[in-house]
Amino acid sequence: MSTTHDLTATQLRGAVAALLGEGHRVALVAGHEDDDCLRVVYVLVRAADDARVELTIRVPKDRPVVPSLADLDYGIGRFERELHDLYGITPEGHPLPARLVRHAHWPSGWYPMRRDAGPAPAFEPDVGSFPFVEVEGDGVYEIPVGPVHAGLIEPGHFRFSVVGETILRMKARLWFVHRGVEKLFEGQPVQDGIALAELISGDTAVGHAIAYAVAVEGALGIEIAEQDRLIRAVLLELERLHNHVADLGALANDVGYGIANAHAQTIRESLLRLNKQVTGHRLLRGGISVGGAHVLDLPPAAEITSVAHRVAEVVDICLSNSTVLDRFTGTAVLPGEQARGLGVLGYVARASGIDVDARRDHPIADLPGLEVVVEHGGDVLARYLVRAREVQASAHLLTDLLLRLAGETGSGSVRRATGGRAGIGLAGGWRGTIAHRVEIGTDGRISRVKVVDPSFFNWPALPVALADTIVPDFPLANKSFNQSYAGNDL
Amino acid sequence: MNGSVGVNVSAATFATSQVLVLVVLSPLLIGLMRTVRARLEGRVGGGVLQPWRDLRKLLLKEPLQAQGRSWWAMAGPVLLVSSSLALCALTPLLGTVTFPSLPDDLFVVVSILLLGSVALALVGLDAGTAFGGMGSSRHMMISALVEPTVLLSVYALSIPVGSSVLSRIVEARLDDPASVLSPVSLLALLALTIAVVAETGRLPVDNPATHLELTMVHEAMVLESSGRDLAWLEVGSWLRLGVLLGLVSTLLVPWGVATDLTAAGMLVAVLALVAKLAVAATALATVEVALAKVRLFRVPELMAGSFVLAFLAVTASYLVVQG
Repeated sequence: MSTTHDLTATQLRGAVAALLGEGHRVALVAGHEDDDCLRVVYVLVRAADDARVELTIRVPKDRPVVPSLADLDYGIGRFERELHDLYGITPEGHPLPARLVRHAHWPSGWYPMRRDAGPAPAFEPDVGSFPFVEVEGDGVYEIPVGPVHAGLIEPGHFRFSVVGETILRMKARLWFVHRGVEKLFEGQPVQDGIALAELISGDTAVGHAIAYAVAVEGALGIEIAEQDRLIRAVLLELERLHNHVADLGALANDVGYGIANAHAQTIRESLLRLNKQVTGHRLLRGGISVGGAHVLDLPPAAEITSVAHRVAEVVDICLSNSTVLDRFTGTAVLPGEQARGLGVLGYVARASGIDVDARRDHPIADLPGLEVVVEHGGDVLARYLVRAREVQASAHLLTDLLLRLAGETGSGSVRRATGGRAGIGLAGGWRGTIAHRVEIGTDGRISRVKVVDPSFFNWPALPVALADTIVPDFPLANKSFNQSYAGNDL
Repeated sequence: MNGSVGVNVSAATFATSQVLVLVVLSPLLIGLMRTVRARLEGRVGGGVLQPWRDLRKLLLKEPLQAQGRSWWAMAGPVLLVSSSLALCALTPLLGTVTFPSLPDDLFVVVSILLLGSVALALVGLDAGTAFGGMGSSRHMMISALVEPTVLLSVYALSIPVGSSVLSRIVEARLDDPASVLSPVSLLALLALTIAVVAETGRLPVDNPATHLELTMVHEAMVLESSGRDLAWLEVGSWLRLGVLLGLVSTLLVPWGVATDLTAAGMLVAVLALVAKLAVAATALATVEVALAKVRLFRVPELMAGSFVLAFLAVTASYLVVQG
């Protein structure tokens, strides 16, 4: 159920406001460059009936201005800043028109996604770059952390304004590793886009590959065989399992409970080896193709059940330690109302009582056994419990799927693109709803892919959750969110 | 006159042996604790000798200094090591013969302990980075809570003896082994153990294995140090752990400590100390596996608890003396 509307700049506000009022949320805002003009596509989706609405406005290249809708929706405001940084389209009336994606040492007036951008120019000095708000008052001091960290963490800079040990304000600065992924898609044959999609965020290879494949299939009108849909669902759950298990261990490790982490990482390793048997790659690359899915071997149901059992044991050990429980409980609370306002997705949303899950709301396969786990605490414990319960639900779903597949390993059909159209792909990755919008040119090659990892929506929720949190609890809070830097930086 | 020279020679021999034994043992003690923890978690671990290898590596490296560091970056580690060595020399771990002019008085020992803490905290502040300052402020907060407990618990032990000199306390316990199991003694030792765990940055107060800068206490202070400077800071901290563990285990199990200087007595004392330290370290590492790090603001509650135990021990010791 997808509808598209061409609008003028003046109609846009009313249309978006109306759709938001009817229960839609903004899935993505994508810029495009056509021969004669620039084009902006707003995609709004609704969970209740899987409705997707595309609103398109065109702006002249010599005066690229769109009306800002940042006051209607927080997410749109961030998409608009991204649009300005990458395409040079100015959101008129934006309350915070600062740079988002491009740091200040990128030359002004150079927009990497434009056709005439050319090779990346030399960096300029980074002067007066980032509008960190200085908090003033008795005893307030700043702690700058990163972008280079002590552990194996991706680059992000966090600036804390602190009194004693209590965080007054935290500002995260991301986008240190802009790779130009969306630009790399341009001109590729559709089948080759899968390999690139798998690299958007290393831990979400399946999620992004599926979102991409679904978008291409939507554009080309390709129907997927039932068994291939089930194989995709199996891969998605396997990805959820190994990531959730790693997080369950890491959360315990961050409160100094190393033994739970040691056991969780052992379980994760057995899952990664299982993944290697299934698709030939430990992080499950290579299973998805445009038009289908194929695995070398299905995971044995007995092994999935045993993993679920072992994870339950680790969770039990962890939560029966009163210190661990004390550290988790009430730490970094993200209230449901604020989570809703920010448009948060995935387990972060579900831990704050928001019942959202793309596997049910935007299904890619029929999953009667799906249980959507919702917790209401909004704290680290809730995010821990959502993961712990999702591992069980996931294992349950997997055994059900394996039964339905009855040994089939997927047809893995490969389709070539003919003719140009556009499609949207939504996938329920382990971190939350992933959205891709693909446009295919008349030559059958990709002309544009817009990628949105749930991290784009979820990162702004972290500073909100830190209100009244103490500095030594930040790593724990951050780990409980565990958002992707790469998926956000693109 | 002759007797005084003899005492000084004996005291010097014991002091030197204690320093030598602890310098050799402390890194091994850390290695043992890490290995025990690794094995209990199902990992192989780096082996008992790994801290010694790390030390050799660090000592061969040129220290890199942060911009704006002062001479304290070099002096601080030296002062920490010196204070730790002084602790090794003073604490009656091998023998109870002490210098008449410099007794191993409780207050002297705690002052030297504090001197090392301050040296370390100043090293953390010296580079002017946020992490170092954060670590130092947390360290001083914990120290401020720990020192009263250490004083009070050893004071409780000193009341029945009538002297605050540690070697007199150990001698008294050797003479009357039953006193080790008295309620006063057990309460005081429990309080002292908690204080030692906090002072040396072990779980549940600090996590020595963490890589998370924002949660660190001890590690944050040494973050800007490298090469030789870092090696001295590590040695200084390990020696403190060795001495304090040795003190607790000697107070709990005084047997083996020599009361006068003989070759056989010294040998027994060294072997006894090695055994006590190994058992204490293994026990500490084993307990740590089952512990998680408490929230920073719960540390005062923990320390208040140990202070109350120490206070009860003092009160009880007066009751016992009166009775």
